[in-house]
Amino acid sequence: MSPLWCYLTVSALLFCIGLAGALTRRNAIMVLIGIELMLNAANLNFIAFWRFSEHPETQTGLMFALFSIAIAAAEAAVGLALIITIYRHFRTANVDKVEDMKG
Amino acid sequence: MAEFFKALDQFPVTLKHWLMGHASGVLPEWALPLVSAALSITPILAVFPLMFALTTVIERKGLGRIQNRIGPNRVGIPLTDIRLWGFGQFIADGIKSLIKEDVVPRAADKVVHFLAPIALLIPVLLTYSVLPFGRNMVPLDLPQTGLLFFFAVGASTELSVFMAGWSSRNKYSLLGAMRAIAQMVSYEIPLILSSLTVVMMAGTLSLTGIVESQADVRFGFLHSWHLFTPWGFVGFLLFLTAAAAEANRTPFDLPEAESEIIAGYFTEYSGFKFAIFFLAEYLGLFAMCGLGITLFLGGWLSPVNIAPFTWIPSWCWFLGKLSALIVLFIWLRGTLPRLRTDQLMGFAWKFLLPMTLINLVVAALWHMSGGAVHVVIRWGVGFAMLAIPYWLLGRGFEASVGKRIYRYAN
Amino acid sequence: MTLPFAIIAGLTVGSAIAAMSLRNMVHCALSLVLTFAGLAGLYLQLNAEFVGFTQILVYVGAVSILIVFAILLTRSTEPKDEPSTVTPWAGISVAVGAFLTMALAVLASPVGKRLAAPAPEVSVKTLGQKLMTDYVLPLEVMALLLTAAMLGAVIIAMREKEGK
Repeated sequence: MSPLWCYLTVSALLFCIGLAGALTRRNAIMVLIGIELMLNAANLNFIAFWRFSEHPETQTGLMFALFSIAIAAAEAAVGLALIITIYRHFRTANVDKVEDMKG
Repeated sequence: MAEFFKALDQFPVTLKHWLMGHASGVLPEWALPLVSAALSITPILAVFPLMFALTTVIERKGLGRIQNRIGPNRVGIPLTDIRLWGFGQFIADGIKSLIKEDVVPRAADKVVHFLAPIALLIPVLLTYSVLPFGRNMVPLDLPQTGLLFFFAVGASTELSVFMAGWSSRNKYSLLGAMRAIAQMVSYEIPLILSSLTVVMMAGTLSLTGIVESQADVRFGFLHSWHLFTPWGFVGFLLFLTAAAAEANRTPFDLPEAESEIIAGYFTEYSGFKFAIFFLAEYLGLFAMCGLGITLFLGGWLSPVNIAPFTWIPSWCWFLGKLSALIVLFIWLRGTLPRLRTDQLMGFAWKFLLPMTLINLVVAALWHMSGGAVHVVIRWGVGFAMLAIPYWLLGRGFEASVGKRIYRYAN
Repeated sequence: MTLPFAIIAGLTVGSAIAAMSLRNMVHCALSLVLTFAGLAGLYLQLNAEFVGFTQILVYVGAVSILIVFAILLTRSTEPKDEPSTVTPWAGISVAVGAFLTMALAVLASPVGKRLAAPAPEVSVKTLGQKLMTDYVLPLEVMALLLTAAMLGAVIIAMREKEGK
């Protein structure tokens, strides 16, 4: 089995890819995909640290990962609903063009 | 006599062990797990596609009889007069689909269009890996997560449907894919919730464990299948309804309603790719039926614990129950008309979902009252708790559908 | 580093890069699904079967479908030749800087060298019992959050009757 640093590096890579996407893409859905990637990278960290911890039988990391998956699902649902509403209003999903504060 | 039947029951397992024993002397160490996996996969890949092939013929013949026709009865063995009642039809169909031209629309997204049938077939085949086909016959025993694996892999077929519909660049394909995804997502919830009752009662997610939990004997002869309880009976009916929708079977076959949107998401597929869609759809239905058998109909257990029935090998019981359910679905297809999209969604959210939730409560009560309350009272309470909501919900649902007003062009 | 790990990790990272850099958004979503599946594979390697299959059920079965629906419902009306990114080099250099910091921290720390203990016995039963005893408050809060999110999503996305 691979040592812990392998998993942590993969997780860091995923986080940074998500970060780069969320910072640079124009479309709001792509920004949301980047955020999902970052959340998933954090989840991988939870699981990896749980597996390599001294007391894996407490299952704390698993619990955290499960709750995090549920939160990510809720976040995706609300975020995408918001994007669809914004699209209806402004006829665009481009985050740079949505700068009007008055509805 | 009993020894012989026991050997027959375990014949596939002993055959595999015998082959593995011979292989271990010849092959290198690293190849053995691969050979073992291949030996477990081969029977699945041989039996279920063959069953699909036979089902296509039986379905056409059965539908023909229901519609007062004869159905295919010509193709037999070539160059002879032997016709086999038309059961050679599937070979002719297979050869036809293999040599037909594979047409890909010019505007299509070629890569996704090519990947979609593969991405559909692989998850469907993967679901078979956790089903127990007989005593000691489960390709991949996941003692902690068997049922979860089935649903997780089954859920990923939705995406393949989207890939097929979107990549074809055809409005009928896209409409069919949207209908299919909306339907599969909606009916997945009642499907999982109705299976959850069994998980609650058996206390395990392992499918072999669920079968073994139904092995107790009641009244000296009857196996305690989950079907023989109020929650199990209703749960099985709810499960079958949701499974029919999940497998796009009539009356829930809107995603591929020929009279409305040609063939739905696989409109733009031809030749062998179309055959793969067809195969995956039927294999998905068989897997759903297999799961229903495992959860509610005692898996590979015989219904009664009396000598001639227990002699029949366990895998024969499984395949027999599977065939019975397939015939039931063919019968339903010949009988029921197709729903409208709004009726379909309303049925999932306003009828199936509340019923499965109530069924969960009934199962919990049944579990809690075990041993303390007389069995007749338990049955009565469970039945009442399910029948009254059924009546109320069904009435409300019928009222919401309303009488159809036909408008004709003048 | 073992070979299966290298294959799965390479697939995950590669498809994540594709998911963030492809021009066609549906292709991005499909690559994202591959990333989710790869992550589930990594969880399985780490003996977290239950979380791995939950990941597939929730992300591949639900979240990706949501994303795909959102992409189709907000079909872009913008001109095709417009760049899909804004100030790419600033964002990418921030990300690379963050990665270098994290990677250096991971490689320098002694925790990273740690090897795994023998696989722990994880049963779904104890997981469920913990959820109902130690973690019952988070579980209830989570149920509340999911209900609120569902209602919120439906109300936000519902088309307003008046207006238009």
